[in-house]
Amino acid sequence: MRFRNAGLAAWRGLLLAVFSLGGSIVLSVLTVVSSALMLVGVGLFTTPWVLRGLRRFANTRRLLAAEWCGVRIPVTYRPFPADMRTGLTGHIEKLGHLWKDPATWRDIGWLPVDMTAGFVTALLPAALLAYPLEGYALPAGLWRVFTGTGGYWYGFVHVTGAPSAFGAALLGTALLAVGVFAGPALLRLHFLLAKSVLAPAGVDLQQRVEQLTRTRHDAVDTSAAELRRIERDLHDGAQARLVAMGMSLSTVEALIEKDPAKAKELVAKARSDSAGALAELRDLVRGIHPPVLAERGLADAVEALALRIPVPVETGIDLPGRPPAAVESAMYFAISEVLTNAAKHARADRIWLDLDHEDRRLRVTVTDNGRGGADPAGSGLRGIERRLATFDGVLAVSSPNGGPTMVTMEIPCALSSPKTSSSYGTD
Amino acid sequence: MRVVLAEDLFLLRDGLIRLLEAYDFEIVAAVDNAPDLTRALHEQELDVAIVDVRLPPSFTDEGLQCALAARRRRPGLPVLVLSQHVEQLYARELLADGSGGVGYLLKDSVFDADHFVESVRRVAAGGTAMDPQVISQLLSRGSAADRPLARLTPREREVLELMAQGRSNAAIASRLVVTERAIAKHTANIFSKLGLVQSDDDNRRVLAVLACLDRT
Repeated sequence: MRFRNAGLAAWRGLLLAVFSLGGSIVLSVLTVVSSALMLVGVGLFTTPWVLRGLRRFANTRRLLAAEWCGVRIPVTYRPFPADMRTGLTGHIEKLGHLWKDPATWRDIGWLPVDMTAGFVTALLPAALLAYPLEGYALPAGLWRVFTGTGGYWYGFVHVTGAPSAFGAALLGTALLAVGVFAGPALLRLHFLLAKSVLAPAGVDLQQRVEQLTRTRHDAVDTSAAELRRIERDLHDGAQARLVAMGMSLSTVEALIEKDPAKAKELVAKARSDSAGALAELRDLVRGIHPPVLAERGLADAVEALALRIPVPVETGIDLPGRPPAAVESAMYFAISEVLTNAAKHARADRIWLDLDHEDRRLRVTVTDNGRGGADPAGSGLRGIERRLATFDGVLAVSSPNGGPTMVTMEIPCALSSPKTSSSYGTD
Repeated sequence: MRVVLAEDLFLLRDGLIRLLEAYDFEIVAAVDNAPDLTRALHEQELDVAIVDVRLPPSFTDEGLQCALAARRRRPGLPVLVLSQHVEQLYARELLADGSGGVGYLLKDSVFDADHFVESVRRVAAGGTAMDPQVISQLLSRGSAADRPLARLTPREREVLELMAQGRSNAAIASRLVVTERAIAKHTANIFSKLGLVQSDDDNRRVLAVLACLDRT
């Protein structure tokens, strides 16, 4: 197991070393050149593009850090304002926004660190496994090659003959041991190094305040919009039907003796109106707070939701308790929207949904085998992201053209102890 | 026919009592909360229980839980569950034991008194009465060609839908304005296409259909 881990760390480190060195050198050159070119104007157009590339580069590292070593490097980029202008002014505005974001400067500062110390820490796990091979090759006969050339330095061992070649093998063994035992830790060190530069020092109160202000604003906006929608639905739906019902009934009152047949017809119409009003109210209630969620909680509500979607959904739900009500509701509607998207737009014929609670986070992953190409900046996904943000939740989308699409959502929260079933519920 | 009724809204409970008494049912207990319902289901001799999903004290799914618990104790105890909304999830739980005598209807269904009373009688007799919404949701799921449902003609699907709600061949025939013989032919086709062995037992037929739909 230990050897497997060390081998894996070496392989990952090697990949990382190659890509990080290449990427960080190219990006730092581009950043410097593009910034310099701002003086003559061209840079104004290229810089946002370069900075966007830089963010993607850093985000890839964040992803790998979380995936490979469980190191969470927070994403602290300020989101672009929603009312961004288009065209040239919008472009300059975007540049200004990027330029003022401290996270941009941390990204730029990270590049030289990544191409030096980052490169070395990434390469070490592989080097510590590869270099001992030479140490073993020396006593096996390689030392003869160097006897004529005045010796060879293997590490700090000067190899001049067979005895010193065995010294080299000894050193190689020591290095191998270090490599096997410390390889994964070194890879982790690489990501911790990146974190120390990329993550804001301490808790950035200013930023936190900004973020809270923004998410509160969004939350108030969303709930106001919801109330407007409910008002409109009631006004055009159930209310209108009740008015129609009342009218039918008053006509019945007038007709009941003169024209019983006509009256009977109107009574039937009143009844169908009341059924229609009920159906509309039912849909409305489902949109406000789904009954299953109230009756059974998130796990069963998601099960029920999965059954409603016209595409087969395979669910894996593991929730030992219940999240706070507000989180449950937010997560439910987010899942509902993601599932609907997958069924409607992705042309998927199979969906997988996993819901669990780990590391004090409620996490859901929805994967479909559709055609992909979902736009994380599109209004639907942005809306979900904004609603999750109210709870410090995040949304990540991976949807290459041709699929598959994978949407992950997380909300930090604690679970309340599982509801013990009521005494009369069981026997 | 003896009925235990559990419904927390006074108006609806009162309306149901009057409706059922008009059709010569005997209401042996009419309760408005879950503990009383449990007691009534324990103590009363009854032919059918009509139960609202949501009941006090906690207004979650106590009614359903009580019904399921009572059926665990007395398999096949006829229970008709009423709700403001229908969920496939709950339908599946009610049908899971496969012993029949189960109904699951929207409260709206009481609007049509004749039909509602017929449903109550059918459940009491060990049959099923499923809300059309649940059935149509079940049938509309998935378009994959590998599902046996895809092999049914539109007419056969229509028949299956009505059959799954718990209707008899005669009722389906009159509903679709065709002869009973035609319906018998359709049902035979449906059974062979879905790979179900035909049996005389109406209720078993419905449960088999539902179980088959549920599995896919």
